[in-house]
Amino acid sequence: MSLRTPLGQVLGLGSAKEGTGHFFGQRVSGMALLILGLWFAWSLATLPGFGHADALAFIGAPLNGVLLVLLVVTLAYHSSLGVQVVIEDYVHGHGFKLVSLIISRFAHSFLLVAAIYAIIKIGLGA
Amino acid sequence: MSNNGRPLSPHISIYRWPITMTTSILHRATGIAMSVGFIVLTGWLLDAAIGAETYNAMISYLDTMLGKALLVGWSFAFFFHLSNGVRHLVWDSGRGFEKAQANASAWFVLILAVVLTALFWWVRV
Repeated sequence: MSLRTPLGQVLGLGSAKEGTGHFFGQRVSGMALLILGLWFAWSLATLPGFGHADALAFIGAPLNGVLLVLLVVTLAYHSSLGVQVVIEDYVHGHGFKLVSLIISRFAHSFLLVAAIYAIIKIGLGA
Repeated sequence: MSNNGRPLSPHISIYRWPITMTTSILHRATGIAMSVGFIVLTGWLLDAAIGAETYNAMISYLDTMLGKALLVGWSFAFFFHLSNGVRHLVWDSGRGFEKAQANASAWFVLILAVVLTALFWWVRV
């Protein structure tokens, strides 16, 4: 006989009220980054050069632009989850921990929006 | 209530350093390194969008000894985190947990990461 409520059993969210969301998100974004990361590494390795024109030509190509947006979105998500765990492990004191977690989220959001803005700006030739 | 004769629970420093500990710590360290690298990646994209002058200034920072060392470091971090990440996915499926298997896969991902990093720079240079 379980002491948990029927609703609790169905939702399966456990005491943290999050279920396996964090764990699962980390794995799936990792799998996506396996593909996107290898594509990006290969692209960087074979890019003709790193002059400004080379960079614009690479970032501005339509397929590259789409893949780059996918890369930074998945990267920001995966990185955010990872840094969250590190903060939860090493930063002690409730207030300091909470502030660190919020700063990390803000920083990741800022980087993500800045990266997408740059990719779209170059892609549209604006 | 002192009872000094009793055995203490052995702490980390008691054990011979296992290779799996190296890979475990490296996974987290390379992850953090790449989170910092995300700032540089965003900077690269943003500077390219802003203009040639800003972009060239950034490239000149990366073209120093320190910059190159960081880039090599980030490439190793990427290939290690990727290889060891796949190792974690295999573990998540419930396989490869035996001590001998874990030790072997630890050496495998370490060597693979070094090889992939070398391959990356061999193609690049």
